[in-house]
Amino acid sequence: MIKIENLHKKFGKNVVLSGVDLSIDKGGIFAVLGPNGSGKTTLIKSILGMVLPNKGTITVMDKNIHNSWQYRQEIDYLPQIANFPGNLKVKELIKMIKDLRQKPSDEEKLIALFGLEPFLDKKLSNLSGGTKQKVNLVLTFMFDSPLIILDEPTTGLDPASLIHLKEWIGKEKEKGKTILITSHIMQFVEEISDEIVYLLEGKIYFKGSIKELMVKTNQTDFEHAIVAIATHTDHA
Amino acid sequence: MLKILKYSFYDLMRSRWSYVYFIFYLILGFVLLFLNHDLSKAVITLMNIIIVLVPLIGTIFGVMYFYNSKEFTELLLAQPIKRSTIFLGQYFGVASSLTLSLVLGLGIPFVLYGLFMSDAIWDFSLLLITGAFLTFIFTGLAFNIALSNENKIKGFGYAVLLWLFMAVIYDGLFLLSLIVFEEYPLDSFSLAATMLNPIDLSRTLILLKLDISALLGYTGAVFKKFFGTNFGLIVSIIVLVVWTWIPIWRLSYKSKRKDF
Repeated sequence: MIKIENLHKKFGKNVVLSGVDLSIDKGGIFAVLGPNGSGKTTLIKSILGMVLPNKGTITVMDKNIHNSWQYRQEIDYLPQIANFPGNLKVKELIKMIKDLRQKPSDEEKLIALFGLEPFLDKKLSNLSGGTKQKVNLVLTFMFDSPLIILDEPTTGLDPASLIHLKEWIGKEKEKGKTILITSHIMQFVEEISDEIVYLLEGKIYFKGSIKELMVKTNQTDFEHAIVAIATHTDHA
Repeated sequence: MLKILKYSFYDLMRSRWSYVYFIFYLILGFVLLFLNHDLSKAVITLMNIIIVLVPLIGTIFGVMYFYNSKEFTELLLAQPIKRSTIFLGQYFGVASSLTLSLVLGLGIPFVLYGLFMSDAIWDFSLLLITGAFLTFIFTGLAFNIALSNENKIKGFGYAVLLWLFMAVIYDGLFLLSLIVFEEYPLDSFSLAATMLNPIDLSRTLILLKLDISALLGYTGAVFKKFFGTNFGLIVSIIVLVVWTWIPIWRLSYKSKRKDF
């Protein structure tokens, strides 16, 4: 599905990614983890073509993404911070994105699921952070694409919506989709992800299942295992 | 690109400032035409306003729109859309809505004045064409400045400086150099200097068309001597096209190489 080879990226003097090699197979939920500033968002934005790598190649569905944009038709992306043009209404924004992508969409169910009906005629600048995130989720999940990338999907969500989100992600997985998630909520990651990719100092530090991670770090608790891996130095 | 253009255009059409800009020209047009009664004088006054005001508005609107639509741009970048399409679409949306305000704002009073039956229609059309060129050039320059500067205050500062330089300082330097080097032949120098500033070029272009030698000044006279009236018009329009093309080209080139 996604193949990344020797990816390097620096912003000015700040080296963010230094030689990332990663291959993600079709189907399943992959969690990209790592401390703040470890390059998770940069990695995701590189896959989306928003950040241009200094070195290395990225292939999405067997196609090199360099200088290409058509492949994004197959990706649904949820940005980390829900920034939307403030003067648009929720309804207008949904219509606009549908118009731009020209793909069949299924927003009705999602709007009902997250209880967004009362907000459809409100301007985006007047919405609370959590409601904006729900709109963000609707815009991401309303299309039926084989690859879904979620950057901090849980930000600002209330418990009920979090449960809906988990269920929805589970349903998407059952359809055989590939889902890439970053999150700092370890409980959420533990519950839904099949495999973990741990980024540290611009490199992939660990890739495997949660069980493998616990065995490797001699921990019985996932949260502690994640902390242990960052301080563990003998298996780089 | 047309879709992005459409959304940017509608977005601006809904904002109050497009109407303020439109109404300003509407009032200006009515006042100059109906209180003045001398059409060629009105055209000259309009020219003096247009060649200073249009670049200023184009610059400020361009920078403001670019920074204000940052969220919209980021949303679009993750969609299956080519990068140059996003930025060129926004650029044409802004530039064409400003041009529309200018053309309608001045056009309506002129039509009501009975312009279609007057001889001044070509002078007036040229005025609007030059105004449109200046809008596209300066909006383009402003988009370039904003794209290259993440910092809003810096970007805004550079944009205003650019306008000040082109509209005021450039002429001062130009005149100064004419005085300092008055003992040398300055024909080709002043020709080049005029071409290098779209505002000067527009002024010369309109004055050539109006055929008012008294207002042409030294550069205009050199222009006329060198190119003749008709050829001079064609040359200056070609140079304006080049001036429009350069910022558009750089915008598309730079946007492909930027991280978001």
